[in-house]
Amino acid sequence: MGTRWFGEPVQRLEDPRLLRGKGCYVDDLDLPGQLQAAVLRSPLAHARIVQIDVEAAMALPGVHLVLTAADLGDVLEPSPLLVSHDALDQPRTQLPLALDEVRYVGEAVAFVVADDRYIAEDALDLIDVTYDPLPVVADLARAVENTEALVHGDVPGNQAAHLVQQVGDPDAIFASATHVVRESFAIERSTSMPMEGRGVVARWEQQEGLLTCWISTQGPIPLRNGLAAIFHLPEHKVRVIAPDVGGGFGGKIMLFYPEEVLTPFAAIQLQRPVKWIEDRRENFISANQERGQLHDVEYAFDEQGILLAVSDRFLHDTGAYTPYGIVVPQITSCSLPGPYRLRHYYSEFKAVYTNKVPVSPYRGAGRPQAVFVMERIMDRIAKTLQLDRFLVRERNFIGKDEFPWDVGLVYQDGGPTKYDSGDYQAGLEKLKSALDYDNFLKEQQAARQHGRYLGLGIGCYVEGTGIGPYEGANVRVESDGRIFVSTGVTTQGQAHYTTFAQLVADQLGVAPEDVMVTTGDSQAAYWGVGTFASRAATVAGSAIHQAAVKVREKATRLASELFEAAPEDIEFANGKVFVKDAPHRALTLGQLAIASNPLRYSYGENARKLVEMKLLKGRSGPALPEEQGGPGLEANEFYSPPHASFASGAHGAIVEVDPRTGMVHFLKYVAIHDCGRVINPMVVEGQVQGGIAQGIGGAFYERLVYNPEGQLVNASFMDFLLPTSTEVPHMIVDHVETPSPLNPLGVKGAGEAGVIPVAALFASAVDDALVSFDLRVTTMPLHPSLLHSLIFEEPGS
Amino acid sequence: MKPPRFRYTAPTLLEEALTLLANFGAEAKILAGGQSLIPLLNMRLAGPDYLIDINRIAELNYIEEEDGYLAIGAGIRQRQVENSALVRQQSPLLLEAIEQIAHPQIRNRGTIVGSIAHADPAGELPALLTCLRGEVVALSLRGERIIKAQDFFTGYLSTALEPDELLTEVRFPWIPPQAGVSFMEFSRRTGDYALAGIAAALVPGLDDRCFEARVAFLGIAGAPVRALALEQLLIGTELSERDLTLAGEAAAELVSEDVEDIHATTAYRRSLTMELTKRALRLAWVRREHEKV
Amino acid sequence: MQEQSFINAFSETREITVTVNGRRYTHTVPVRMLLSDFLRHELHLTGTHVGCEHGVCGCCTVLLNGESIRSCLMFAVQADEMFLTTIEGIAGMSNELHPLQKAFQEKHALQCGFCTPGFIISAHALLHENPDPSEEEIRLGLSGNICRCTGYQNIVEAVQLAASRLREAREEGA
Repeated sequence: MGTRWFGEPVQRLEDPRLLRGKGCYVDDLDLPGQLQAAVLRSPLAHARIVQIDVEAAMALPGVHLVLTAADLGDVLEPSPLLVSHDALDQPRTQLPLALDEVRYVGEAVAFVVADDRYIAEDALDLIDVTYDPLPVVADLARAVENTEALVHGDVPGNQAAHLVQQVGDPDAIFASATHVVRESFAIERSTSMPMEGRGVVARWEQQEGLLTCWISTQGPIPLRNGLAAIFHLPEHKVRVIAPDVGGGFGGKIMLFYPEEVLTPFAAIQLQRPVKWIEDRRENFISANQERGQLHDVEYAFDEQGILLAVSDRFLHDTGAYTPYGIVVPQITSCSLPGPYRLRHYYSEFKAVYTNKVPVSPYRGAGRPQAVFVMERIMDRIAKTLQLDRFLVRERNFIGKDEFPWDVGLVYQDGGPTKYDSGDYQAGLEKLKSALDYDNFLKEQQAARQHGRYLGLGIGCYVEGTGIGPYEGANVRVESDGRIFVSTGVTTQGQAHYTTFAQLVADQLGVAPEDVMVTTGDSQAAYWGVGTFASRAATVAGSAIHQAAVKVREKATRLASELFEAAPEDIEFANGKVFVKDAPHRALTLGQLAIASNPLRYSYGENARKLVEMKLLKGRSGPALPEEQGGPGLEANEFYSPPHASFASGAHGAIVEVDPRTGMVHFLKYVAIHDCGRVINPMVVEGQVQGGIAQGIGGAFYERLVYNPEGQLVNASFMDFLLPTSTEVPHMIVDHVETPSPLNPLGVKGAGEAGVIPVAALFASAVDDALVSFDLRVTTMPLHPSLLHSLIFEEPGS
Repeated sequence: MKPPRFRYTAPTLLEEALTLLANFGAEAKILAGGQSLIPLLNMRLAGPDYLIDINRIAELNYIEEEDGYLAIGAGIRQRQVENSALVRQQSPLLLEAIEQIAHPQIRNRGTIVGSIAHADPAGELPALLTCLRGEVVALSLRGERIIKAQDFFTGYLSTALEPDELLTEVRFPWIPPQAGVSFMEFSRRTGDYALAGIAAALVPGLDDRCFEARVAFLGIAGAPVRALALEQLLIGTELSERDLTLAGEAAAELVSEDVEDIHATTAYRRSLTMELTKRALRLAWVRREHEKV
Repeated sequence: MQEQSFINAFSETREITVTVNGRRYTHTVPVRMLLSDFLRHELHLTGTHVGCEHGVCGCCTVLLNGESIRSCLMFAVQADEMFLTTIEGIAGMSNELHPLQKAFQEKHALQCGFCTPGFIISAHALLHENPDPSEEEIRLGLSGNICRCTGYQNIVEAVQLAASRLREAREEGA
């Protein structure tokens, strides 16, 4: 087969374009006649809308349209509930424009279309809305069972959902165990914060009845389906394209954001293209957020440090609406057992409404919270029993011979939480040696003599990836020999144009640069789901691989017929097809593609060569025999995984804490990662590194601070602190490979992994550094002021 | 996030700018480097009717070595000062302060005088000017006013400048060459506004005790803080650890409760200021020895 | 009366002439138009990206008369008669990638690519001033640019690689 591309650090095919500034992100599109939109957002967290006066805005020169809820007709429907669940008793989703009540600061109230964005923003200043303030539910702990302040007047206690899952009999264990500990943990909100905000360009072509939307999204095909329904158009008359997307991290899998409906609505109404680009301020107050949870945990362990039972009751802040159902808390519930042999587990959560931006997954999606809780438990066991933290984890790990391991819980996709493969012990051993643990212990001692506080933290996790339902792929050899590939997922920087090309190149004996991958265009792939939950390489990758195998089979059959050779003697290499031991008499893939298409009219050099080679012979019967399955070297395949595949990892870091200033610096960071077989190690390491940086942000820099009135008080890059090159340390990334038996490639997802254990290991490292202060970190994120108060202030003072 | 409507002009002569200010000063804003003003405009937190862009007034582009002070004109970018051989050789404290302002891209546009005029209490240069007992030159058609730093910064983002006045020059007094200096701040990330910061210059006497001390703080109150009592504490001492501790405690008392924010409680900022003071003064004093040799 | 004549000094639109990547453009623009919007939507040089419009993220970094600046913190009118270089001009007339661009590809220093033009411009300015920066100097020099994808490590390595190649090229040329 020649070179094998799978497993090679192939340089990215998409890079030269992006590096030259020739990418095409949504705001780079300027269509002829295009107008620009801006959204008036609620300045209050909870209020009744008494009146909206748009007259002055309408009168402003350059303004074409001002929409309020009253103008939307039958488009004024709540956004669909994307993932329903029996436990979600009180789902509520958002209207494109608030009708009579606003429920968070940032909720869309009016939509202005003008000649340009400057004028559109001028018009926003002229819209006069009279609000009647309502009681605000900003605090998660106070929201639940609140009888006076209700986010939705008809939802008692602000409780959207209540789910209980149980494995074994934890109560019996608690009654008899030697060590039982109760603790509470709090995790604040954070947000995806991609460098490119959201954005929509919509064009309505009256004559064709065709609506085209370019949207910075992770799920164009579901958007296409929804827009067709909303605007009563046939699906094939709606095209949604996710062009280059400047980062998603989960925030862009949400649909529908109001602007995704309002922009095409305005374009249809005005018969002109309309663009809406989210600015940074809007991104802070209208793009979905995540992470906010409060956990009350009880756990039991024995003298050997074996964790016997866990009971976790937690509150999940779902914001003002539940567009994404209870996926996030459900993942938290299922992720908590992690790599450990936990046979008695009680999990109960309430998803609670608050007057804040709605919640849907942000990279990690409920897992960082779960891992934080479980890893804090592991550290506590070690401390209580004076055992080494590595040892406690090792004693509790599921053994590598125990797979498949059924945790006994229902996962977010409705399937089992069943670990397909793994070797957690191997990962932890690698981590220990990369951290040079024994040496560190000496260094730590020596540093303490000099008044320096060094600490080592560990975080282990298991991550459900690659969920269904399915993805599809079309693979087709074009007549110039290059290969077209399309799939329904999108790309926000994950290198799909390269990794998917590697998969196809291996099957068809071409170089990756001869494979042209298209993602994120509903016209190129009718069926598809989207890029989220670390699923693109696993699910779409498997579909692409299967389609490429089919094309290869088809090409083999045809070549064996043309060369009059046995199929098993046909080989593919360097873009050519030939009979083993006779490579001089070869067809290019392009020539074979032409031969596979019995047209009278074929064009170009490949067609001429094919005629010269006199390989084409007349044949009796139909020109396109049934067994060929249609013209061309083409295949469409779908892949649907039996259930999620479970990646895993162990991260560790050495930090230095300055107790006087509360500042923490990373001295070393090591990540050992297992995502099964690796298609492109360069890409996987990049994903892990980027995830770690986000994790560091989420552990020590980024937090969303809401005041009691529900106002986000740090809605700017001045005060919401994304880590920069001086805050993120050098990282060492290494791999363990336990192939997944669930898919033909043996791969597992890698996209979210990096972020998941960072908060846990950061807490672990800070505790370790400050052991002389007897510190126990139970909240995330930390920041210097908070850390300082944990060190020096008496509890409760 | 687009700026509201305004009317704009870019005079090339100082005289023109002053005339425009005399007529429209109350409704106008001066645009120099724009690195603080334009974000405010983009967020529509400011909405002047007129912008007078002084970037094209060539006569404001000067860095001059005067008797007793360094004079910097309103056209000079922070980066120009940072790269000035004169400053690198003769004003290490100014250099150290400028290097901690935001990032190179900001310093390439931002001006020294603009930063003084903006008077951010967390800004580096207002604190430095306060520390050094510097002065500014305010010009209007009515004439010239030389204003001392202590009189210039009147509160949060506010100064003694009149609406018809243009801040044309800032004067940083020279520090005796034997002085040890330190400009130090704690910020969350590189380039962020400091949670607390200090500018310090310590002049040793012949007996190698502190003969003169100049200390000011940023980020700890509604305006840059002159630390007169703290300075008195240091004079005559050898900056022993005990002296440093006393100085740190004095510094902590200067922290105002009004600046408590999401990044720092008052208690934390006090502790931070104490620690910062000790570290900066210790460093400055070490540098004095280095300078003397 | 006098006030009336002075008010004429002010305007809401202006004609400006700007040289971008060696090409001169003359446009009439509203005075409030940000330089970033001018480059992107008037000149259609969309490689300069806009990430925050308050001067923190660095996506909109361009060279103004050779120095790196935030194009969201400057009005287009202020660039009248000035020289700008954007990501589209960084490789000059060459079809080849600039050594920085090449190194970014080789070191996998970009994922979504949105922040990348700003990083390349900032790194370009950094290496112009300091052709042999240490890792710490690179991290400091790039701290005015935010990347949400990569974790910076590969960006730092790319700048190191480009710096060494540029130094070699200079030595060979000397």
